[in-house]
Amino acid sequence: MKNIFSILKFTTLLVVLFSVIYTMAILGIAQLAPNKGKGETISVNGKVVGYQKIGQKFDKPNYFWGRPSAVDYNAAGSAGSNKGPSNPEYLALIQKRIDTFLIAHPYLKKSEIPSDMVTASGSGLDPNISPEGAMIQVKRVAKVRNLSEEKVKALVETKINKPSLMGTSTVNVLELNVALDELK
Amino acid sequence: MNTEFFGVISIFIVSIVLAIPIGRYIAKVYLGDKTMLDALFNPIEKFIFKISGIDSTEEMNWKQHLKALLSINMVWFFLCFFILIFQGSLPLNPDGNPSMTPDLAFNTAISFVVNCNLQHYSGESGLSYLGQLMLMFLQFVSAATGMAAAAMVFVAMRERATDKLGNFYNFFIKSCTRVLLPLSVLVAVILVFSGTPMTFEGKDKIVTLQGDTVEVSRGPAAAFIGIKHIGTNGGGFFGANSAHPLENPTYITNAVELWAQLIIPFAMIFALGFFLNKRKFSYIVFGVMTVGFLLLVIPTVISELNGNPAIEKMGIAQTTGAMEGKEVRFGPAISGFWSIATTVISTGSVNSMHDSSMPVSGSMQLLAMMVNAFYGGCGVGWLNFYIFIILAVFISGLMVGRTPEFLGKKIEAREVKIAAMIAILHPLLILAGTALASYFAANNTAMGYWFSGNATGWLNNPGHHGFSEMLYEYTSSAANNGSGFEGLGDNNPFWNISTGIVLLLSRFIPIIGPLAIAGLLANKKYIPESAGTLKTDTTIFGVMVFAVIAIIAALSFFPALALGPLAEYFTLK
Repeated sequence: MKNIFSILKFTTLLVVLFSVIYTMAILGIAQLAPNKGKGETISVNGKVVGYQKIGQKFDKPNYFWGRPSAVDYNAAGSAGSNKGPSNPEYLALIQKRIDTFLIAHPYLKKSEIPSDMVTASGSGLDPNISPEGAMIQVKRVAKVRNLSEEKVKALVETKINKPSLMGTSTVNVLELNVALDELK
Repeated sequence: MNTEFFGVISIFIVSIVLAIPIGRYIAKVYLGDKTMLDALFNPIEKFIFKISGIDSTEEMNWKQHLKALLSINMVWFFLCFFILIFQGSLPLNPDGNPSMTPDLAFNTAISFVVNCNLQHYSGESGLSYLGQLMLMFLQFVSAATGMAAAAMVFVAMRERATDKLGNFYNFFIKSCTRVLLPLSVLVAVILVFSGTPMTFEGKDKIVTLQGDTVEVSRGPAAAFIGIKHIGTNGGGFFGANSAHPLENPTYITNAVELWAQLIIPFAMIFALGFFLNKRKFSYIVFGVMTVGFLLLVIPTVISELNGNPAIEKMGIAQTTGAMEGKEVRFGPAISGFWSIATTVISTGSVNSMHDSSMPVSGSMQLLAMMVNAFYGGCGVGWLNFYIFIILAVFISGLMVGRTPEFLGKKIEAREVKIAAMIAILHPLLILAGTALASYFAANNTAMGYWFSGNATGWLNNPGHHGFSEMLYEYTSSAANNGSGFEGLGDNNPFWNISTGIVLLLSRFIPIIGPLAIAGLLANKKYIPESAGTLKTDTTIFGVMVFAVIAIIAALSFFPALALGPLAEYFTLK
């Protein structure tokens, strides 16, 4: 019995050390981080329009679109599709996405569509697309917005994050669209 | 593409290089030598032991170690279970998340106590912040439990005959304060400055650029993710685990989180060499593990980079590889590498959804957990490998016709029986569980209380892949891994309770076994090395251990793999 009380006291003190003191220490350090550790946001005219790291749904023709999402970009319930690579239902869905994408971008050849534009991300909140995924949308966006293709293309190029040593090339869709709204 | 390869290779090499000094440091900690953090933590530890009335200097034998280990783990289980079933009405619940059902709380509490973190809930909606902090506590102590058990085995392997094997509480708290805590702080700080939230505020409601209203989950995530990887726990703060853009915001944080899960399993092997002053032996062990790891990793990375052949046929460009379930900021190369790192080591955190991996990758992930001894989790990786060493010594001894000896101790019937039982337990739990679930799924049984609806309802994919989902769940439970083919509908009494039982058995029996063997061997007379001794620090012995591992894993698991991912591979061709 004495043993159990010892263990209970020991456990309580460890909870204080790890769940309270450690947490408070990191919370304290977080006050020095961008936006005090509450997540970096992007604002337009003083109004928060999104979190920089969290993808959001873009399906209107005047914006660049992000990747398909298994949870429709619900940032309070992240998940992937968890569809297996040979699932016939899943493959039919991919085919449908390709067809829909081609209808919205009639100028494209099928082989120009990169796979990230028709597959769902792991989190359902992927904020990025590949540079190819952005480039193939330039013509549509430029046409809807009555802008010259060169201008939109140049904008996309400024928004491509190329890795210097390691990593992948990405385009943050929200940042690109915010910049697009500012383009005259 | 080249930048992706460079990323994979440099993270792997940096982890190995850094593991050597950290291994030396860990050996010093367990030897009781002076280290940097003594000034800070010695008084704190003294205070904790004084208040709780625990003597941390008393030498224990292996049975006393086990008793201390098991009783403290039981207390943690009940504490966590009760917090989870009442969390809805307890403080620190800004999002108003509900209390857990008893079967889910049972599964969750066990899976965090045993360092598995299976997670049949989703962090955003399934846990209050208090629940998260409680699980974070378990992430520290469960990792330290494994390390303390490994430390006892280190002591037992010394060249002397004794039953005094150090003190469990001493090894345990040193693992916490000298190793896990400082490394977790380091990782958490890097994450905080890279965009991972650390706040007690609840969900944020915003209007997006194109005018939709969405809620964004946040929370004290950075602290949690630090120990999640350092302690090879792997339980995600958010549902999507390290694929979530707040849990793993950039390629750099991804590299840090990968490093964090590799470092202690790597370092423990080197620590063994420094502790016993048998560096060459630890290099052989590390070499065997690395060969096994590379054999799993290379096919995975290649198959992910090649993409899905079924999508290839549709005529689109797969220059970026297989992207279903993956994030653009990571890409397929490092996602494939991660999926093997997280399964050979018992982390189980994911940065891509394994359910959507290519069939070859899926079989490699499964195989990694079926072997469960390449690197392995904090401390327990070494315990699992120890079993295979005992078996390899025994078999080599028989082959050359000598009494099998390991580090100057005779290995006799009793030790070999224990080792064989542990080696058989792993396939038994996995295959029996899978057989049971498959039986229900094949007959589409109405499950009553155990699952709402018929058994095929828990599958997210048909055919071979559906079988793989069930096989993966039990493999992950038995390996105390915690990753999943997450399409499986697993939050129901059938899966919560059956995997919960597998988790318990497959954590504690493989700790009891090696501790017993080590304790029994330590007590035996030390026989100095002679010309007739089987040398265990040679490449030949390394090959022998590898062969034992390959035979046990291949023979017991190949049929199951053939029915699942391998069959799927051939249907996709």
